[in-house]
Amino acid sequence: MSATTSQKQNPAFYALLVALVIMSAGPILLMIATSLKLNVDIMDDAGSLLFTPTLRNYETVLCNVLWYAPEHVGYCDKTFGRALGNSLVISLTSTAITLVLGCMAAYALVRFRFRGRGAISLTTLMMRMVPPAVLLVPVFGIWTFQFGLDATYSGIVLVYVAMNLPFVIWILQSFIVQVPIQLEESARIDGAGPMQVFFLIVLPIIKPGLAAASIFTFRIAWNEFLLANALSNRDTRTVPVTIVNSLTEYDIDWGVIMATGTLLAIPPIIFTFVASRQIITGMTAGAVKG
Amino acid sequence: MSAARTDRLTPYLFLAPAGIVLAVALLYPIGYMIYASFLDWNPSQRIGEADWIGLRNYVNLLGDAAFHESFVVTLKFAVIVVGLEMLLGVGLALLLDRNIRGMSALRTIFILPMMIAPIVVGMMWRYMYHPTVGIFNRTLKDWGFDPIPWLSSSDWALTSVIIADVWQWTPFIFILSLAALQSLPQSALEASRIDGASGWQQVWHIKLPLMMPVLIVTGLLRLIDAFKVLEVILVMTNGGPGLSTEILALRISRTASEFRELGEAAAMSNVLLMLLMVLTLAMFVYTKAAEARAARLAAASAREAEA
Repeated sequence: MSATTSQKQNPAFYALLVALVIMSAGPILLMIATSLKLNVDIMDDAGSLLFTPTLRNYETVLCNVLWYAPEHVGYCDKTFGRALGNSLVISLTSTAITLVLGCMAAYALVRFRFRGRGAISLTTLMMRMVPPAVLLVPVFGIWTFQFGLDATYSGIVLVYVAMNLPFVIWILQSFIVQVPIQLEESARIDGAGPMQVFFLIVLPIIKPGLAAASIFTFRIAWNEFLLANALSNRDTRTVPVTIVNSLTEYDIDWGVIMATGTLLAIPPIIFTFVASRQIITGMTAGAVKG
Repeated sequence: MSAARTDRLTPYLFLAPAGIVLAVALLYPIGYMIYASFLDWNPSQRIGEADWIGLRNYVNLLGDAAFHESFVVTLKFAVIVVGLEMLLGVGLALLLDRNIRGMSALRTIFILPMMIAPIVVGMMWRYMYHPTVGIFNRTLKDWGFDPIPWLSSSDWALTSVIIADVWQWTPFIFILSLAALQSLPQSALEASRIDGASGWQQVWHIKLPLMMPVLIVTGLLRLIDAFKVLEVILVMTNGGPGLSTEILALRISRTASEFRELGEAAAMSNVLLMLLMVLTLAMFVYTKAAEARAARLAAASAREAEA
């Protein structure tokens, strides 16, 4: 195939490409642009393209995390700074736990034949589609009345781990299948136990799968609203919850809220640019391989 | 002997931690929810104090006009959204399936809408639909048209919500169908080209039929997700105006938190869950059937080659 040389294309084709890029990136750029505007510029009828960018909205949002006190902020609202910390702790912990547990389970499902394997595979597949809205009522009830985990980090982390595990197990399975069994067998002949084989041989090979799985898990935990809202209190609130809270106020400060939204969107955007290949692999593994 | 026993135990040892978490935090809550759907339960009660009322929650749902409305809205939303996204996504994939420089950069930009938080997506669109400062009404005004009440009129709200979802998820279908297109057997395309098939004929008679298995699974995956959408709509309209955009997931969360009817919310969750189960099972059965068929075909062609 002449893959490296790109064919000459019709100009209309490039026009279509440009239009598509503007359509998909436009709303995101608009959000970032708005977050850099003063409210005067946002409300201004005339020019929406010409304005002096300012970091004021970000200073307002991050006032308690900054090393200096921004002078235009009269009263410092600490909600967001705290929520950002909560979001980081919750998403990172739940991602780490999900990956460890998911890896082990996926490895067992692929490599060992044992009673109930088929049933377990089918159950994990079915569990993938449970929506957070369905978990809302029971999780709220159980966490509050039985486990006493409401308003704690561990409560939220536990739900996120459980929600993400089926997907992670299933995606890692598709990577572990590709690890040549001979490699593991020769390690076992050399005297390695199952744990050693798993950690020293299998894990390094499935790194791309781990990357995809961790991005998907982190993203869900970082972006989730409904369960975080039900299970958190003032001190454990995550960023999505604070955003929704400030959107229900009567007088919306668009500049500040866009700055909050941009801050929430930054980690996923960075992941996308750094690891788009892994993300696409993760997405296509679902439908193409079945 | 003892080595054999540890060998037999190893898989369970590896599975145990994940199994325990899933049992405690996923299976148990779902079982709990099924039980709770038979109770008259409000959030201030422990579950033991709630009264057993049998099927009354489900009977109430049957007669509840608001629930019917939201069921219809959910179906409408899911079907329209998936239809549009399939049409656009597959169409774009067929158009853009060429060797061009920068395709991977393009794909990266297309994934962005799916990666950022649904809350943020809803917020962006709510801002763009804003009656005075939003970009849509501003542009309409500049061009001399009347502003459109995007989110504030019940005639428009569902359309506006659908547009936002199409923006966010068309890339998903696009990327999957592009991957399917690029893994098609080159020999079939080559052969049809030699036989003088036009571009359209190739698309209709070769590319689409060969892509069909992937497209059906993609469509089902998307349909399952469309029933789960909640946050984007919550932020944009909160189900309003009236009930015009109140999808089931939103109805569940409002029944639980605003109307404080946990039993009824659980019954609704059950209905939604069963709907999704059916879709997932359909997907599972379809992939298994497709695999079996592919295996049969391969076996048949192998026999032919031998003969």
